[in-house]
Amino acid sequence: MLAYIARRLLYALPILIGVNLITFALFFVVNTPDDMARMQLGVKRVTPEAIDRWKAERGYDKPLFFNDEASGGAMLTETIFFSKSARMFVGDFGRAEDGRDIAREIVSRMGPSLAIALPTFIIGLLVSVSFALLLTFFRATYLDFWGVVLCVAMMSISGLFYIIGGQYLISKLWKLVPISGYGGGLDAWKFVILPVLIGVVSGIGSSTRWYRTIFIEEIARDYVRTARAKGLAEAAVLFRHVLRNALIPILTGVVVVIPLLFMGSLLTESFFGIPGLGSYTIDAINAQDFAVVRAMVFIGSLLYIAGLILTDLSYTFVDPRIRFN
Amino acid sequence: MPFLPVILWSDVLIWLLLLAAILLGWLSARNPLWRTAWQRVGRSRSGMASATLLLAFAAVGLLDSLHYRPRLAADGGQGASAQPAVYAVEVLSLLDALLTPLRTRNEKTYSAPLATRAHAKETIEVRGSDGRLQQTRDHPRLRYGGAHLGADEERRDADVAGRVLQALGLALLTWAVVVVAVCGGVARAQGSDWRQAGQRIWRSDGDFAWSAVLCALAALLLLAMPVALLAGDYHVFGTDKVGQDVLYQVLKSVRTALVIGLVTTLVMLPLSVLLGVLAGYFRGWVDDLIQYLYTTLSSIPGVLLIAAAVLMMQVLIDTHPQWFATAAERADLRLLALCFILGVTSWTGLCRLLRGETLKLRELEYIQAAQAFGVSSLRIIGRHILPNLMHIVIIALVMDFSSLVLAEAVLSYVGIGVDPTMISFGTMINNARLELAREPMVWWSLSAAFFFMFSLVLAANLFADAVRDAFDPRLAGSP
Repeated sequence: MLAYIARRLLYALPILIGVNLITFALFFVVNTPDDMARMQLGVKRVTPEAIDRWKAERGYDKPLFFNDEASGGAMLTETIFFSKSARMFVGDFGRAEDGRDIAREIVSRMGPSLAIALPTFIIGLLVSVSFALLLTFFRATYLDFWGVVLCVAMMSISGLFYIIGGQYLISKLWKLVPISGYGGGLDAWKFVILPVLIGVVSGIGSSTRWYRTIFIEEIARDYVRTARAKGLAEAAVLFRHVLRNALIPILTGVVVVIPLLFMGSLLTESFFGIPGLGSYTIDAINAQDFAVVRAMVFIGSLLYIAGLILTDLSYTFVDPRIRFN
Repeated sequence: MPFLPVILWSDVLIWLLLLAAILLGWLSARNPLWRTAWQRVGRSRSGMASATLLLAFAAVGLLDSLHYRPRLAADGGQGASAQPAVYAVEVLSLLDALLTPLRTRNEKTYSAPLATRAHAKETIEVRGSDGRLQQTRDHPRLRYGGAHLGADEERRDADVAGRVLQALGLALLTWAVVVVAVCGGVARAQGSDWRQAGQRIWRSDGDFAWSAVLCALAALLLLAMPVALLAGDYHVFGTDKVGQDVLYQVLKSVRTALVIGLVTTLVMLPLSVLLGVLAGYFRGWVDDLIQYLYTTLSSIPGVLLIAAAVLMMQVLIDTHPQWFATAAERADLRLLALCFILGVTSWTGLCRLLRGETLKLRELEYIQAAQAFGVSSLRIIGRHILPNLMHIVIIALVMDFSSLVLAEAVLSYVGIGVDPTMISFGTMINNARLELAREPMVWWSLSAAFFFMFSLVLAANLFADAVRDAFDPRLAGSP
């Protein structure tokens, strides 16, 4: 098991390097270090010497990917790409354009992001799995038919409308909770409850339908017929047999997103003014702050790879036949 | 010439796609397996009802994809013919020409649907009964909304009701004509009399769900006809902040949504089919390389990759203004670049699916037989593997459409979507999102965008379900 995890982590290394390569290429194809220097220095102070000094101060005075003046391994290490991305692997993300340390910012913004994303994820999962089980229980009836129709209708509504409509209804019309913002400590629930509710409702349609498909596929299997033939009640069949056997396809889709919960949700956070990582990313995108976007891309792909490994590990817990060696 | 045709890149691609769709139809008609699959789609009621709606949207989008620059009126009198023609900088489409009253009759600012007066109070001068000018605060009269009523504004309700009734009558009449034509057509095709044909259609036990098409058409006509009759003299969905008609905006948004949903697949398809089949068929280092490529790409969170790419494209566009003759061309290229980026970031899922399926297919006996006969790899892929993957490709295409349309709205909201000057559902929502907080509330922009987007995506989802049910071999046996 440990050897398996170690091997998977080793595989992750080239992928992370590739991710960095892509973001670097995207950025520097159109925006050379000279352009960056000119933009930062402003129009007035642009002289060749000033640009060179700016580049030297920030480590942009080397070639991008390949240094043919150096020799041996230094041909690859004495480059902007290596010096900038190697530091990301040890958690040094550099500074944003406003001078703040990105790593510290990320740590402090993780809490609010998780406060929204984690409850949304757990409640959403419970609600949609229960609805899906309900629809499966009443399959091939009008309840099932109209339930699926409702699901399709709900997944046809853009997430933006859920947020705008929910904010209007609950915060403006009924004045139950503040419309946006975030507070630490015990007051936080007031600000958390609405985004979580909207997050759950907006996700119900597609996930209920997806789980229903899995359950319906599972219910056609032979072991279900055997269970019924034994005289088990339909509810017992669903909970004790179908649900447990459907866990593998459910886990495939679910576990991979758990680490990504740290990243928060771009939309929810920016609409509700939550100082999490999602809104941090949006602000960086709008301010064209590449250092932050690059750091978020790196962390995002790191978490995604962690999610993939977790998914494989979770299989061993639900299906004893699966072993890694 | 009274106009100068302008061919935008997205127009070319849209018409190419139409051509490809016709080609696909022709190929499907020749292939018995596909023909039965499409016939299954034709029998599906929800599929055909949604297809009717989608065709209506497609018609709007196609009309909006023929662009031109109108010739400016020359003011030189007789000498004008000798002068070189001058064309407007503004690029218009055929749809714009049809909707000229909607496009040009702009109010000053917000006005409610069907209103004759503006939404907000302003200080206006009124000549009092003693003949002197007085300043009062009131809702000013709109310049165009209900202008034909003159001072007699109370007549508005009666006027609107009359027009709606007239439109409903007209809609029913049109519908009746279509019903009779369909009945006649079915009767002739089956050699039965009209009554039998009508009954078959009503019970929809034929080969084609005519009843669903006719029902959808009835709903469409009953909704669209009153809007069309009212739109000439009123702002049916109101006007937005700068006084532009909201109905015009939602109709223009349809094309943007269609381009995003369809052109993106043009980028995605070659990548995922080519790489997926190569990886699955050749295995070994080719497979490793391609797997590495798509694992790397898919491990970057989608929005961030799109954001990074769009940021870079924005820099590129800003630094090269000389590439674009008109603002429309710039917006169009940005739209295409967005499609390209969306395509490059979303091919991985389909590629993985196709690779897995190819791995399975290449172990089958008929392919091994072909290999044993010494048939070349290229030929095996072309003749034996690709045709057996087509159902996955078609299902993926129709399933992706709705999610792409939804994605456009979110991306435009985040600021990494289409050009802000381009009308799309995303920019409409983005401009309107603070309007609900206004006092008094402005709800019509959002509602119109919601309604149109919802019906487009819902129709696409239902159609995708029908196509999936018909093409998925696992579901083929079930009704």
